[in-house]
Amino acid sequence: MNKELTKKLSSGHATCQGCGIPAIVRHVLGATDEPVIVANATGCLEVTTTIYPYTAWKVPYVHSVFGNAAATASGIDAAQKALMKSGKIKKKAKVVVFGGDGGTYDIGLQALSGALERGHDFLYVCYDNEGYMNTGGQRSGGTPYGANTETAPAGETSFGKAQQRKDLMEIVNAHHIKYLAQSNVAYVNDLKMKAKKALETPGPSFLLVLQPCTQLWKFPTSEYVAVGKLATETNFWPLYEIEDGKYKINNVQKNPKPIEEFLKVQGRFKHLFADKNKDVIVDIQNKVDDNLSKLVKRAEKS
Amino acid sequence: MDKKSSKNKTSIKALSGGYAMAEALRQIHPDVMAVYPITPQTTIIETYAKFKADGLVETEIIQVESEHSAMSATIGACSAGARAVTASSSQGLLHMAETLPVVSGLGLPIVMCVSSRALSAPLNIHGEHGDVMAIRDFGWVQIFGEQAQDAYDNTIIALRLAEMAGVPVMPIMDGFHTSHTTERVEVLGDEIIQSFVGQFKPENALLDQKNPITIGTLALQNTYFDFKIDQEKAFLKVKTLYKKICAEYGKISGRKHSLFEEYKTKDADFVIVMMGATAGTAKDAVDVLRAKGKKVGLLKINLFRPFPYKEVGSALAHTKSIAVLDRAMAFGSFPPLYQDIVTSMQSAGSRKHDVASYIYGIGGRDTMQSHIISVFKDLEEGEVSNKIKYLT
Repeated sequence: MNKELTKKLSSGHATCQGCGIPAIVRHVLGATDEPVIVANATGCLEVTTTIYPYTAWKVPYVHSVFGNAAATASGIDAAQKALMKSGKIKKKAKVVVFGGDGGTYDIGLQALSGALERGHDFLYVCYDNEGYMNTGGQRSGGTPYGANTETAPAGETSFGKAQQRKDLMEIVNAHHIKYLAQSNVAYVNDLKMKAKKALETPGPSFLLVLQPCTQLWKFPTSEYVAVGKLATETNFWPLYEIEDGKYKINNVQKNPKPIEEFLKVQGRFKHLFADKNKDVIVDIQNKVDDNLSKLVKRAEKS
Repeated sequence: MDKKSSKNKTSIKALSGGYAMAEALRQIHPDVMAVYPITPQTTIIETYAKFKADGLVETEIIQVESEHSAMSATIGACSAGARAVTASSSQGLLHMAETLPVVSGLGLPIVMCVSSRALSAPLNIHGEHGDVMAIRDFGWVQIFGEQAQDAYDNTIIALRLAEMAGVPVMPIMDGFHTSHTTERVEVLGDEIIQSFVGQFKPENALLDQKNPITIGTLALQNTYFDFKIDQEKAFLKVKTLYKKICAEYGKISGRKHSLFEEYKTKDADFVIVMMGATAGTAKDAVDVLRAKGKKVGLLKINLFRPFPYKEVGSALAHTKSIAVLDRAMAFGSFPPLYQDIVTSMQSAGSRKHDVASYIYGIGGRDTMQSHIISVFKDLEEGEVSNKIKYLT
């Protein structure tokens, strides 16, 4: 294992084969040489890296509950401010939060909103595997329309999740923070570039990183990069930044692939290819096109 | 703050319990305080915010968006290595309930000032102990107080205890009856308090980059149970430390704090056991009956968790019968203090004691001297029912 990569999160953790979460953590934390403190929401990352008496973390790390990672970060930030003022510490560490989509779109959204509004100095990274995976594959506010999950299963009268996922980027953007970006673990250079910018931003910054999950999405463990790339190549997951309110698309697809290319490689969308669900695929394609055109307009205006 | 406050001299002030807690916090001067409003606690955080606005404290105040985040931010700050406090009440305590066992499980020395209040539904903002009883077994030390003076003293004792024992502590006052009632309070000098509480020296802190630590691990079937047994062992040590700190505090304040207060119990045949603000009314009732030659007394619990079973048992061993007055409902069960007193009496010796259960003051209902006198009358007449009676 590359020693540079494992400097902050070691090998020997217990994530699934083919999981991209460690890559997200390593590339985000690898984007700075400054000291960091990690706060983590309950979830896959937490349970696979901190099984007592072991820890995979080589940087200071705290986890308390599912929905409070951003609030915990607020406290660390305030503590650093106070101890700088009283001269007990000479340098502040950057506080970096990692939370999954359940811990960010859903149960931790209020805490995230509060921490963003208060303007704490921290980077929040949401690794988005589009479902509750630590509990075995339930739908979240980040699960896409049409996906088969344990709590919104496809069946005789159901095509899976019947609602669109939340637009978390716009929710975060509504807090007027200086830097936020959408990235994808399959595009490591994009992730590193955005992590560096986010870490250098004073005050709150936010990264939403797509994390193809072999368990929920149902694809072979060797394929997370390939599946992740299809998400962006079909414009299901465009890579973009919002810097000082200005939108920039980082990876414009000149000839985007049809959404079927992304859907057909995953077991969670298998049912959509039955005749009765063909309309759902059309809906998904329309939504992808619609989202992209809104994004393009915002980028053009910027 | 009174501008005349002295650095090393005691001053006499007219303060509500909420203000008294804020005043104690000002002198403690925590690094971080997370604040979120809820009646009847808000006076604490408002008073503290004004201290900050007036330049009397440097504390980083975090104006969180909920009590869940209030305790979460306090956890973050304390884990980082800062002295961190918060305050809450009622629905707020239950909103943050998920995080409270985390604080005790991690051994974080956080102090949370509590103004106790009824729980919804129906909505009621007035005093009782239903909120703190709901969270009584979460590994937090609970210290009850009667007056604004206790609110002040207990906050200082709580801070010292938390940091010495490595456990979280909540000093508790009755909502409104104590939190909003202005009383005479002796405030010690700032420097005296600062020297009493000393500097916070965390053993492990996130800010220590040279020794990075992982806080809040996952512990499975092979280790979790042992963690919890160790936690209980550490918690039981609190009682001795509490007594030691109370003795030290007695030296600087001249005020006696102890596991419980015995008011005319030494020769009493009939004793009421209770906690909190209404003990004042009960003491008056004891005086009235004593003047008539009745051998009655009051035992007021101060340290409720960990509970001093043995000490209470021996203090009450000589009594003929006991009435326990709980200020909390416990649906389908006898109320908490009653159960603890019954357990205490089982450990007191071979003789079976008659212990009666009463519930009073729910949702801020006034408890009058006549209520207390009626309880003593029951005891004297041998009316020790095995049913809960309500002092409505």
